Amino acid sequence: MFNNLSIGNIQSKNDNISFEDKSKIQKDNNLKLVIAGHVDHGKSTVIGRLLADTNSLPEGKLEQVKEKCRRNSKPFEYAFLLDALKDEQAQGITIDSARIFFNTNHRKYIILDAPGHIEFLKNMVTGAARAEAALLVIDADEGVQENSRRHAYMLSMLGIKQIAVLVNKMDLIAYNYSSYQKIEREFRAFLKKIDINPLAFIPVSGMKGDNIASKSENMTWYQGKTVLEQLDSFENDKLTIDKAFRMPVQDIYKFTKGGDNRRIVAGSVISGELKIGDEVVFYPSGKKSTVKSIEGFNEPHQKSVAVGKATGITLKEQIYITRGELLSKVGEEKPECTSRVRVSIFWLGKKPMEKGKEYYLKLGTVKTKVRLEELERVIDASNLNQEENRSEIGRHDVAECVLKMDKAIAFDLAGQLEETSRFVIVDDFEIAGGGIIQEALSDSQSWVREKVIRRNYKWQKSRIARDERAEKYNQKPSLIIISGQEDVGKKPTAKALEKMLFDDGKIVYFLGIGNLLYGVDADIKNGANNHREEHFRRLAEVSNLMLDAGAILIVTAVELNTSDLDLIKTAVNSHDMEIVWLGDKISKDIDCDLHITDYKSDQDSANRIKELLQERGIIFKPW
Amino acid sequence: MDHLQKLENRSIHILREAYSQFNNLCMLWSIGKDSTVMLWLARKAFFGHVPLPLVHIDTNYQIPEMIEHRDNLAMEWELDMIYGENGQALETKSTFPDGNLNRIQCCKQLKSEALRNTLNGSWPRYRINHDSGKYEVEKDSEPYTGVIVGVRADEEGSRSKERYFSPRDQNNDWDIGEQPPEFWDQYKTDFAPGTHVRIHPLLDWTELDIWEYIEREKIPMVSLYFDQGDGKRYRSLGCAPCTSPVESDAKNVKDIIEELKTGKFSNIAERSGREQDKEDGGGLEELRKDGYM
Repeated sequence: MFNNLSIGNIQSKNDNISFEDKSKIQKDNNLKLVIAGHVDHGKSTVIGRLLADTNSLPEGKLEQVKEKCRRNSKPFEYAFLLDALKDEQAQGITIDSARIFFNTNHRKYIILDAPGHIEFLKNMVTGAARAEAALLVIDADEGVQENSRRHAYMLSMLGIKQIAVLVNKMDLIAYNYSSYQKIEREFRAFLKKIDINPLAFIPVSGMKGDNIASKSENMTWYQGKTVLEQLDSFENDKLTIDKAFRMPVQDIYKFTKGGDNRRIVAGSVISGELKIGDEVVFYPSGKKSTVKSIEGFNEPHQKSVAVGKATGITLKEQIYITRGELLSKVGEEKPECTSRVRVSIFWLGKKPMEKGKEYYLKLGTVKTKVRLEELERVIDASNLNQEENRSEIGRHDVAECVLKMDKAIAFDLAGQLEETSRFVIVDDFEIAGGGIIQEALSDSQSWVREKVIRRNYKWQKSRIARDERAEKYNQKPSLIIISGQEDVGKKPTAKALEKMLFDDGKIVYFLGIGNLLYGVDADIKNGANNHREEHFRRLAEVSNLMLDAGAILIVTAVELNTSDLDLIKTAVNSHDMEIVWLGDKISKDIDCDLHITDYKSDQDSANRIKELLQERGIIFKPW
Repeated sequence: MDHLQKLENRSIHILREAYSQFNNLCMLWSIGKDSTVMLWLARKAFFGHVPLPLVHIDTNYQIPEMIEHRDNLAMEWELDMIYGENGQALETKSTFPDGNLNRIQCCKQLKSEALRNTLNGSWPRYRINHDSGKYEVEKDSEPYTGVIVGVRADEEGSRSKERYFSPRDQNNDWDIGEQPPEFWDQYKTDFAPGTHVRIHPLLDWTELDIWEYIEREKIPMVSLYFDQGDGKRYRSLGCAPCTSPVESDAKNVKDIIEELKTGKFSNIAERSGREQDKEDGGGLEELRKDGYM
């Protein structure tokens, strides 16, 4: 019916500010505002009234909608101005969070209209998460409802600090002060429990226009701001330049077209500031380098880059890093690095979150498999009731729990830096939940990771880059691990492969386990608790040295499993490794790059590994 | 950081997310102001390069100057330029200008159908050869799983409901009631086989933002947007038979900005020159559910 209503790009028609003054408004930022509340408590009416009373509607629109209502013998409602889509017209509810643009004399606003119906909580979250301030609407006649509380809880978890509560439909309770007071008292008590300190409580009537754009004569007992005055007193989100520098690595670009040799680390700066010459560390790998340049297109040369900017930098020392690492600055506060975390989570998925099931966690630019390890308590966001013996997190529940990820990630804790402590959970291709990290817990690899981070941090860079060595030696440094059950021909294969590559002129070394056990490992007591782990850690560290020297290193290991491999990967880049399994069946939970099921001879197996290396570009493949 | 910078940063972030998460990604370019700003933002995001193909749906009824502008920029900016069209409808004259279809049906044929079949690779795609400057039939017919589109939320009601990353099913259908949540800069980048995702980096921009950014960045625009002496210019570009110029003597970007801010267009919807928007109540929304931009 009104689906052609265009509510965007509206300018006040009797706005008498001069062109020059308007450009000042442009310099002030737009404010993103969300309007939340229980279904039918009058969010759309309040917005409709705001648009109408500030002359923000297209010319004739109000009259047109009124006329249509008259012709259809339907009472006019301000909400009709908004519900732009047919679906909404049919059901009379806001399905999704629409964006509505409007101006006051003070600045521009984008209103995100968040649906009140519980079925659309995910849409409410979508709208609210981007807001800088929120209006929470409560029906004076119906009082505080389930979603009034639930939405407040969500706003608090989403990190929205500026909240004003509108007690709407005051006309229905004859503008009665004591009834209003009762609602205010009840809701304030609830908000206090979830750490929200509302900036204002305003009694209004969207339908009649009381206290929306002008002071109501029906409620002389109210001395506070009108809704419009409250909007203009909200502040824009402050960018956190005074905190530690953080930039999740979005990608590494090297576009060689036209001789462009820049290798650019791209990402958006989340906090702090970075200058050319600053020493930087990437977490969780702990790799270190120095900022060589700050890159940009169609902009003057920059010496520094700060919070909010989508940017790119190049590094002095070339190091191998990938998307998902968190770029930080040497000398500033380090992020946390672990694969186990205690979190607060809210669940939006149709299917509940279950223990043991595999999900994906996305935080910043990192994406990793995750499982619900322990469910400590589930909280009903609508009444704050807690349950401690639940086995799953249901739709619209809030919970405190422990998550275990497949690999360590870098993050900050909630309360320290919001942007790097927030994550979402993906279930079956859909974002099904979101949460904030409350505590970093230790995991089985913590001890190794800390050592590796320290090693990388202290690492003395040679003047010869890895790429240079690779070019000179005509090979990519690589760790080849040959695994399988006892006596399947691992060692003979390894030795045959070493000889074959050596004869081809490659820099290659076979590291016998015995050589390591009785040398580097001589101080580890056999049978000590962490014997196997410490052995693998040292193997990985020795491998790392050999790889840094540019060699192809061949080792053998009996029945390598995923946790052994994870340990090695903590110290050696997984992209520098090839895992080969000998024998008809892979007896461990491990992903191999090559599985040789039919062992014929050490020479044959070695040949097949050589082909793998050629295929992967580790060594050159002749025509 | 001013408003335009904030918009720019968010759009770049979204473009880079799309580039990192989709193997088969393309960007739709209609030669209009919005998608040209988007193309410019891509050059910013990728430091002067545009590392993904640009796809234009050629209805063969676009104002000729647009096609000239397209090919000039494609050569100058070294764009991987591709176009697709509904060859059959054009051949059999199943179009509105030929008098055989109404406007909405024509849009459906020349835009929606052509788009669907170009994206999924079932109709031929034509790719520019930078040596000859001519288009050649492309061999690759892989479907695009990520499609970057320059729609803005302020254009009309149905666009105001879009997500930054908006999934479409195998038939290009858009389920408005079941859209994925988006928060904390996390988007839907995981999807079941057979679906594709529309990516909308310009969702938060308004018409005025677009022109102010064009001014700030000095982005070259097709001259149809400016009055060339006859007191008329195009505010929105489309097919010649269905898009009319507006009365305006705005000769440059500055004039347009003033016209939008305080002048004659501060209260008139942008697409008022587009006939297909007026056909019936839900025309545009129906078209969009069906894959129209």
